[in-house]
Amino acid sequence: MHELAVTESILKIVLKHAQTNGAAKVLTIGLTIGELSELVGDCIQHYFDYMSKDTIAEGAILDIERSPIIFQCNDCKNTFPVSLRDTKDFACPACGSIKFALISGREFYIKDITIS
Amino acid sequence: MADIRLIEIKEEILSDNKDLADEIRDTLRMNTVFMLNLMASPGGGKTSLIVNTIRNMKGAYRIGVIEGDIDSVVDAEKVVKEGVPAVQLKTGGFCHLDASMIKMALDEMDLKNLDLVIIDNIGNLVCPAEFDTGSHKNAMILSVPEGDDKPLKYPMMFSICDVLVVNKIDYLSIADFDMEVLKERVYRLNPEIKIIEVSCKTGEGIEKWTRWLTDEIKTHLHSAAL
Repeated sequence: MHELAVTESILKIVLKHAQTNGAAKVLTIGLTIGELSELVGDCIQHYFDYMSKDTIAEGAILDIERSPIIFQCNDCKNTFPVSLRDTKDFACPACGSIKFALISGREFYIKDITIS
Repeated sequence: MADIRLIEIKEEILSDNKDLADEIRDTLRMNTVFMLNLMASPGGGKTSLIVNTIRNMKGAYRIGVIEGDIDSVVDAEKVVKEGVPAVQLKTGGFCHLDASMIKMALDEMDLKNLDLVIIDNIGNLVCPAEFDTGSHKNAMILSVPEGDDKPLKYPMMFSICDVLVVNKIDYLSIADFDMEVLKERVYRLNPEIKIIEVSCKTGEGIEKWTRWLTDEIKTHLHSAAL
């Protein structure tokens, strides 16, 4: 898995924003990661604890919000969520169409941080 | 106690990688090179498909290959034997290739004398799906023995690819694999994807694959020349 590379990026971006905002310490980091991503949250926190030693982000808690898989129907434009378990067999609940576009579920960004 | 402040960031975690990938696409456009990122499970047939592609297309296009598979030169040797340049990335235990590794490989290549670069990504259906390599199109191979349930297990990979090559169709008669079920599962995740059935062993369907690739190269080189 690629949690290490991801954690490196998270730390870099967080430190950049913390410094610009004159932070003494980073307390929490809010991440938004789509349900389609296979990233393991505990693993990221573990790497983060290790990599952030001796930085102002040491000890920060990662708060990971998984954004749901949401499709929009190409025919009736209805939007609907699909659980990862149901991705083999689903249709638009409004019109029954099986043509749709993925509009959420691949997110991968840092939402916010709290600093002191 | 000091004030606690909430700072909105909304920054892509892999933004550095994405920026570098865009830079790579600029470099490729300047050199009128089309780059394809090929992904699959270990043993899915990436190198076989690349060898077949070279045999069918090297008369028309100057091809180069970036070999990313873990720490061996076996695959690169097979490609070089076909008479095209290959750069072997030593990736150790890495699970994916990212834009910085591809940039290193491209720096070793003579882009002015190439039309097509194929990335033989690391055998893995999970991690490579998350990293933009700077390629123009993403292709994946699913081989028949792996089963028609793979879109359920690796939805991200199926959702980011432009084309799915179903390889080893010569196994269809002995495998518990339903092509129609597979297609339905794949189209649900990605209605735009093109599905091409091939056998690298018998050569069946390879022409359809090279025709797809040729059309993509032509479209790309045409728009790059504008």
